[in-house]
Amino acid sequence: MMKRFLLAVTFLLPSAVFAAGPSMSLDKANYDLTDNASLQRGAQIFVNYCMGCHNAQYQRYQRTFEDIGIPLDLGEELLQFTGDGVGAHMVSAIDKTAAAEWFGLTPPDLTLVARVRSPDWLYTFFRSFYVDESRPFGVNNEVFENVGMPWMLEELQGTPRKVWERRMVDGEMRDVYAGIRADGNGRLSADEFDQAMLDLTNFLVYVGEPVILERQRLGFFVIGFLIVLLVLTMLLKKEYWRDVK
Amino acid sequence: MKRIIDWIDERIPFTNTMKLHVTQYPAPKNFNFWYIMGSLAIVVLVNQIVTGIWLTMSYVPTAEGAFASVEYIMRDVEYGWLLRYMHSTGASAFFIVVYLHMFRGLMYGSYQKPRELLWIFGMLIFLVLMAEAFMGYMLPWGQMSFWGAQVIISLFGAIPIVGDELTTWIRGDYVISGATLNRFFALHVIALPLVLVILVFLHLIALHEVGSNNPDGVEVKRKKGSIPKEEQSKFEFHKYYADKYDIVDSIPFHPYYTVKDLVGLSVFLILFALVIFYAPTMGGFFLEGPNFEAADPMRTPEHIAPVWYFTPFYAILRAVPIKLLGVILMFGAIVLLFLLPWIDRGNTRSMRYRSGWHTLNIVQFVISFIVLGYLGVKPATDLYTLMAQIFTFLYFAFFVFLWFYSKNEKTKPLPERLTK
Repeated sequence: MMKRFLLAVTFLLPSAVFAAGPSMSLDKANYDLTDNASLQRGAQIFVNYCMGCHNAQYQRYQRTFEDIGIPLDLGEELLQFTGDGVGAHMVSAIDKTAAAEWFGLTPPDLTLVARVRSPDWLYTFFRSFYVDESRPFGVNNEVFENVGMPWMLEELQGTPRKVWERRMVDGEMRDVYAGIRADGNGRLSADEFDQAMLDLTNFLVYVGEPVILERQRLGFFVIGFLIVLLVLTMLLKKEYWRDVK
Repeated sequence: MKRIIDWIDERIPFTNTMKLHVTQYPAPKNFNFWYIMGSLAIVVLVNQIVTGIWLTMSYVPTAEGAFASVEYIMRDVEYGWLLRYMHSTGASAFFIVVYLHMFRGLMYGSYQKPRELLWIFGMLIFLVLMAEAFMGYMLPWGQMSFWGAQVIISLFGAIPIVGDELTTWIRGDYVISGATLNRFFALHVIALPLVLVILVFLHLIALHEVGSNNPDGVEVKRKKGSIPKEEQSKFEFHKYYADKYDIVDSIPFHPYYTVKDLVGLSVFLILFALVIFYAPTMGGFFLEGPNFEAADPMRTPEHIAPVWYFTPFYAILRAVPIKLLGVILMFGAIVLLFLLPWIDRGNTRSMRYRSGWHTLNIVQFVISFIVLGYLGVKPATDLYTLMAQIFTFLYFAFFVFLWFYSKNEKTKPLPERLTK
């Protein structure tokens, strides 16, 4: 009885106490790393908008093109603007010293941003910019307060503003915060924009750890082998331990 | 084949050593689940050494190149990601099996006479392992590598008079820098592993001299001539043991425990592979999120938490408002474990035959340790600090209680022979 209890304490307590997670409410990013079309669209947004300032300096173009199904010559033509060959790392052409002067700090590298933050955080972050004239770039962000960058995707989203609605609360009409809405001057509809941001998130998750799919595929065979090994070792043990009384 | 072995045996004692330590080494036959951890620790040690060697081939130990070289390993080196995850998961696995191994020793009194030195070697291994893990964690040169090291090294600054000089001496610089990274790399890949392997060797030699304890804590090597022949174990043991003792309830380590450990190893490897292939960061506990950001000496992370295996001791450190006292308590928490063989004044080893107080004390100790581990990853709020103080008190109380009740403890009668 005591033994069981101790066993239970040893194994259950850690999982119980470590289960607590972050409390900030983030939207769930239902990204799909097997969806090459989504990854390709995400890559397109990344190189066209984000890479104006940011790098993915640990990732090579070639690896990216191969992994997400873009022919190398096509990728080099359409997605690589630096002209230094597909073997090059994904580095922005921006002058780092000048950028540090403009923004107050060098725009951070984004190769691993999905691992530092989380996919959900990124997906929410992209959709949480809003107009705030008090900020140097005229925008702020709900999940990244006082973010030090301009909102590059306004062209796609339209101008995002915080919206209040008049609603009946407890018998009186009040202004209730209803979230962020775009003005409708963007190239994408609200749904299309959400999908685009999901694509971008998907791509950043991929870039953060390009090996995820291969890792999971290989794991299946390794664990399958180990289960067979377990059965064999159990039989072996049983056979030998016949002698022990 | 026989001729080759004979040729070797005439030159080094190969066959005799194999018999002495493997095929004719007597081990109690009632080992349970808890006795797999030692074997697993050796497997994990080998894993760390082998994957470590291969990681070293592509890792760049400079402040400028370290972080990028880890990503190079993750992306450009063939199966580099697998090596890296095996190494990082192995570090946590090492602590899991070592903590369970120590807990086993605690439950069954394996530190008691005549196994004090065996326990001391084990504790030294634990100490070196902590240093090894700490220095290894700095190598990826991420934010947590840098700031975690900053916090830990600054602890030595709390020592009066020499403190500041000492921290400078450890860092090799006035701040943590490339110089610190270089020396930690040297210590991590050469110095400490060498010490670790030597200590493991000594731990095993000490083990084989006194023999394994077992869940009943009843000695299986009896005085020569005290056990009738038909009651003795029917297996053939090396005369080094058989000439000195009558051996009961024992079986040769090989093949019985080698095949049994293979089962345990298979289960362990399945769990190990599940982490490597499906949860290599273990939700931020094995690899912390902020460590995927390169070290930036100008920007302190919001919340600095050590990796999970250090958190119980970190919580003890933070529980005390006076830094020096916190440092003393933190190291004291480990020193007391070294002294366990002398703090426990009882003669009955296994919890199975000791008083209810002892069981209760062990349970509260384990709970305190785990709760402290939890508090160590949390920011220090008022409530958490109070809890850390309470459980720090209970952690130390374990040793005090043990010292008092173990002297005249009411124990249950020991069985004549092993029970199962």
